[in-house]
Amino acid sequence: MSTSPFIEGLAHRELRYQCCVACGAVQTLTRYACRSCDGNRFDWRVSRGEGTVFAVTVVARAPSEEFRALAPYALVLVDLDEGFRLMGHAVPGVAIGDRVVADYFIHGERTLIRFRP
Amino acid sequence: MIPALNPAYIVGTGNTRFGRLEGYGALELMAQAAQRALDDACMSPAAVDGVLCGYATTLPHLMLSTLFCERFSLQPAYAHSVQLGGATGGAMLMLARELVRSGRCRNVLVVGGENRLSGQARDSAIQTLAQVGDADFEVPNGASVPAYYALLASRYMHETGLTEADLAELAVLMRSHAMHHPDAHLREPITREQVLASKPIASPLKLLDCCPISDGAMALVVSAESRRSPAVAILGAGQAHRHQHLSAIADTFNLGARDAAGRAFAEAGLQPGDIDYLAIYDSFTITLAILIEETGFAPRGGSAARVRRGDFSAGGALPLNTHGGLLSFGHSGVAGGMGHAVEAYRQLAGLAGERQIAERRCAFVHADGGVLSSHVSLILGRED
Repeated sequence: MSTSPFIEGLAHRELRYQCCVACGAVQTLTRYACRSCDGNRFDWRVSRGEGTVFAVTVVARAPSEEFRALAPYALVLVDLDEGFRLMGHAVPGVAIGDRVVADYFIHGERTLIRFRP
Repeated sequence: MIPALNPAYIVGTGNTRFGRLEGYGALELMAQAAQRALDDACMSPAAVDGVLCGYATTLPHLMLSTLFCERFSLQPAYAHSVQLGGATGGAMLMLARELVRSGRCRNVLVVGGENRLSGQARDSAIQTLAQVGDADFEVPNGASVPAYYALLASRYMHETGLTEADLAELAVLMRSHAMHHPDAHLREPITREQVLASKPIASPLKLLDCCPISDGAMALVVSAESRRSPAVAILGAGQAHRHQHLSAIADTFNLGARDAAGRAFAEAGLQPGDIDYLAIYDSFTITLAILIEETGFAPRGGSAARVRRGDFSAGGALPLNTHGGLLSFGHSGVAGGMGHAVEAYRQLAGLAGERQIAERRCAFVHADGGVLSSHVSLILGRED
């Protein structure tokens, strides 16, 4: 199984994102083509991890046993300053519009992001 | 010169009861709904030359449509499955219409159903559905479908001023409609206060903002001819697919619903003002609010005001989901998303029995799959 550069980055406590080689557009997720031009080659860059909360929820009903112990937990979508959006955990109390920075925590075998003010 | 396309009519519908239907498998439920739809259409199985079916989370199979055909003893000239999440039913109806319009088929059976509630543990259903999130960027966070919609809700409410009390109005409305449908999953009346006080799931969504998981099946027959008077034709259809994942939504106010609806209206040569019945997907209260508002049937943040005015009630100007929607009639996957169109057809055709509302001529049907990812709009019209 191939590991994505994003997941690999998390293990190194790095927040990686795709940047189009041709036009420099930044995009979220892993794509095989650029949203902004015809480009299909990307650099993975490392974000400073600073951004603004776009959306927030507090999950009370965890979807699986491994997350039940964490509930209730806050999930957020954050617009990172480099120009991409990312889902992560957040410390309690963050609200839309808050400035946050990425922190990391180990959950099971994975490194996950937890944003904090 | 391009030859004129055939018209396409809905000529029969069938459904099972929704809820906990212990002991029935997906194919058995599909067969029950299909039989009722054929009976309703007064059609022999031998006349069916096209079969479209959805998917079943409880019966993952490479060839569900032909598996169903074998069990139901059909030998169509055209068959396959369709997978588009909650929009599957809408997409199948759109495709059935194309098959009939082009002359490829005369009578297309569209069927979906599964034992989503009793055929698996609740956690297993919730985890299967959560996989619509991105496998690297979203799912590992312990996100669920309610959490994806809740995140979108938080942003949408922040921008429009829509409140949790507003969303509760939609839940109460759907329940008030389901109370009158004998086959609905949830029929106990609820109040706005009960919705607001219900168990938190993923804020701002509470238990009664979420549809239940149900067992059940639905089927429709789409044909080149209708012997029924009034006839109900599919007059227009449109789709839009602007993103798959929540993280990739570019514009909260342009999710694809408006694009799909615009394409359907353009094809039908009609305007939103011609519509007198609404059949809109409602996996969560926020789904319904966003879809009503993006398709222009209420201003941004204004869907609940129309509920309070009674506009969307059975006796109102623009009745909405008179079967009770996913929120109360129930959600058994593909079949849940077919329920809206089935009810719209019955209301237009004057076949809704005790739920029959005043004469309706033109219905707008809209479904979404994923996290408001895939959109299908249909326009149904009564022809006397």
